[in-house]
Amino acid sequence: MSSDPIQTFLDECGELLAVMEDLLLNVESNADDPEAINTLFRAVHTIKGSSGVFGFEHVVHFTHRVESVMDQVRAGERALDAELAAVLLDCRDHISQLVELAAADPAAALDADLEQHGQALLTALDGGSPATAANAVTTAGVVEATRSGGGAIEGNNWHISLRFHADAFRNGIDPLSFLRYLRTVGEVRDTLTVTDRIRDAQPFDPEDCLLGFEISLQSQANKGEIEEVFAFAQDDCEIVIVPPQSNTGEYLALLDRMPEDELLRLGEMLLGAGALTQRELDQALAAQNTGDQGEGAATRPLGEILVEQNSVAQPVLDGALQKQGKVKAKLQRDAQLIRVDADKLGQLINLVGELVTASAATELLARSEGSLLLQESLAGMNKLVSEIRDNALTLRMVQIGETFSRFRRVVRDLSRELGKSIALEIDGGETELDKTVVESLSDPLMHLVRNAIDHGIEAPAVRAAAGKPEQGTIQLSAYHDSGSIVITITDDGGGLNLDKLRDKAVNRGLIAADVQLSRRELMQLIFAPGLSTKDQATDLSGRGVGMDVVKRNIESARGSVEIDSELGRGTTITIRLPLTLAIIDGFLVGSGNEPYVVPLDNVVECVELQKDDWEVRSGRHYVNLRGTVLPFVRLRELFSLAPHGNAEERENLVVVRHGRELAGLVVDRLEGELQTVIKPLGEMLAGLRVVSGATVMGNGRIAMILDVEELVRAASRGTKALAPALTALQ
Amino acid sequence: MSNQLQAVAKAPVPIAGEEQQELNQFLTFHVGEELFAIGILDIKEIIEVVDISPVPLTPPFVRGVINLRGRVVPVIDLSVRLDRPATRLTKRSCVVIVEVPGRDGRQCMGMLVDEVKEVLEIADDAMQPAPEFGADIRTDFIDRMGRVDERFIVILSIDHVLSVEELAALSDLQKRARGVAA
Repeated sequence: MSSDPIQTFLDECGELLAVMEDLLLNVESNADDPEAINTLFRAVHTIKGSSGVFGFEHVVHFTHRVESVMDQVRAGERALDAELAAVLLDCRDHISQLVELAAADPAAALDADLEQHGQALLTALDGGSPATAANAVTTAGVVEATRSGGGAIEGNNWHISLRFHADAFRNGIDPLSFLRYLRTVGEVRDTLTVTDRIRDAQPFDPEDCLLGFEISLQSQANKGEIEEVFAFAQDDCEIVIVPPQSNTGEYLALLDRMPEDELLRLGEMLLGAGALTQRELDQALAAQNTGDQGEGAATRPLGEILVEQNSVAQPVLDGALQKQGKVKAKLQRDAQLIRVDADKLGQLINLVGELVTASAATELLARSEGSLLLQESLAGMNKLVSEIRDNALTLRMVQIGETFSRFRRVVRDLSRELGKSIALEIDGGETELDKTVVESLSDPLMHLVRNAIDHGIEAPAVRAAAGKPEQGTIQLSAYHDSGSIVITITDDGGGLNLDKLRDKAVNRGLIAADVQLSRRELMQLIFAPGLSTKDQATDLSGRGVGMDVVKRNIESARGSVEIDSELGRGTTITIRLPLTLAIIDGFLVGSGNEPYVVPLDNVVECVELQKDDWEVRSGRHYVNLRGTVLPFVRLRELFSLAPHGNAEERENLVVVRHGRELAGLVVDRLEGELQTVIKPLGEMLAGLRVVSGATVMGNGRIAMILDVEELVRAASRGTKALAPALTALQ
Repeated sequence: MSNQLQAVAKAPVPIAGEEQQELNQFLTFHVGEELFAIGILDIKEIIEVVDISPVPLTPPFVRGVINLRGRVVPVIDLSVRLDRPATRLTKRSCVVIVEVPGRDGRQCMGMLVDEVKEVLEIADDAMQPAPEFGADIRTDFIDRMGRVDERFIVILSIDHVLSVEELAALSDLQKRARGVAA
């Protein structure tokens, strides 16, 4: 249970670097293998991405360039020969060094040797062509310029109040130079020179500095940066900096976002939010101490002093105090929790699974023995067993909110870096799901959120031109839906340009130029390896890795992912994952001689299938269900099963639901509910789609658990889709 | 019902032996009329055929899955795998449980055979390499040929016959075919 993200990052990098080394060392055999080149590329890409999250700039810069070269190799523009492989190997070692350095001290500057070595490697990589290098520099320059030049200035004005001490001139302080310097952090809107002390000065000494200034400043700088301007005058001047009204909200938001795992002092919190500078804090603490000595017993609260000092506005102080209270409460709650090894929980859940199976077997025995007393006592026990089952499963359930909140930071940092303004909305953070499922979710989510920030949301100017609010919105939401958890990532950005996507796919040879695809099919192309609609790859994404990995990760956790997008309006990605991978409530049906389990959450209703209610149209079956048309599949036909005894047996229609789609399964028998312990089918059968697992029933027989998603698809799009391979095999 | 439970719970046939000696010991069994052998170190246990549950939409060599003391274990019809007709279940049919390497460690698999014969010791000097051609089974399925009483027995290479990777790829074909159709 490693909770240190840096350690996790290091472990991951170690693995990826090992993979790179292995592939590069065997370059002769791998040079033409697209999968090997893809893996290489993905390794570099992942290291870059993770480093970006931690803000390891050096690593990001270097890997970005390596990645560009790998992209050329992947596109077939450059051959991966022994020479390039050797350079890449050196690059790998260099990345490894950079990663270690950065992990030890993220802020550390590179020493000259390392820097030079990196430059030499990059030149070697580019094969001497400086074009790419120049390119990278210009891009960086542009980003920098947007950041400091900074769009329209918003918000109210800062108010700065200066009262120079009489000795200021004698100490070499020139008030005017500070006022001039102030112009470097913002625009001085108004200056009022306070001269009342000159009038009162008796006798007047021309060497005394009796000036005071009230300044109204418009600036994007924070309080610390503004105070920095007056750093040299601190000893000779009273400085009060009052933030604009609009900042109160920002401070409150910052306070709210502070992590809740550590109890901070009030001063530290305000300092962290930028509402207070170190100098103001020191001053207030000093005032508190002197007060202490003077009055003995009563110490004034720090907050009160700060407000009096005009350092902090009352609402900000209240916000900070409230937050402090919240953290205290949370820490107390945390103290009542126990950390348990996830493996131990896994074992417990396995055992509970065995218990469920065993009690079903005992129940069967009791029924065949016919002892009423025994059956009665077993009924009581079974009730307990199912409660234990439910409880055991909830032990491993965690709220998705914590996973979601991690993205606040990502959104904030990346949007700043890209000069975009993006708000993150979180909905349904209290939705619970199995810890093991969360783990399979966090990487794909990271990819998707970064994609939304980078490609989805447009630059503020573009948004304004399109008549949208300058601030973009990314929404993460989660909710439960029939045994699954549904997670959506929505952005109100530019959406997918399907024409462009199509062109790219044709260029990359993924589809033929003349093939006709529906809107939906076109959108699914985004999940193909090596496809991205962004013309310019950035540090973040845009190389078309990611989406295929996202799809693969989610499918390996028995989930599905879909995309819906409208050009100019935004994109929604919907991920659907099973709530748990261990035990579910099932509905047992029989077809032919075989038992099958349908997850109960997917079952809508069961009705008798009337002979004259259904028809076959172009190879698909439809039934008239109280006036609506419902596609269905007959399990006996789909699975080519021998009929069970009496062929005239009436059939039953089980109406199942996956997402918004309904379909019918025609079965021979309905057997009722069953607590279903999901057993994997083993590696060999893991690729099967119609069946998602198996379960052992009370009588020792095995029942297949049906994958409703696949069956719904088979019903609505025709079973033919499942058949061709089978004929190919026979 | 209770019969079935007992059958499942019945102790496996233990195959014990001593280290070095075991290397040269082989289990022989019938597939149709032919006699094959595998090294006993590959074998975990041998059970009588109980209830094999078919798995829908799998290629014919996947006979189904069985419940091995609570574990779900796939069973391969060895006869089909060796390009012969499907095995007809009789009283003598057995499932030989073996362990083969998979991606995440060793995987348990069952092998349906017509009849298990005996454990034989075949000395090294009675061994011959697999013939280059002439056999009607894939050459990589043959580990070696062992001479017993003036006749040769094919010793199967379990890792190839039950290669998880290959079998999974074959079972996967339908998925890929569907992916293209979709």
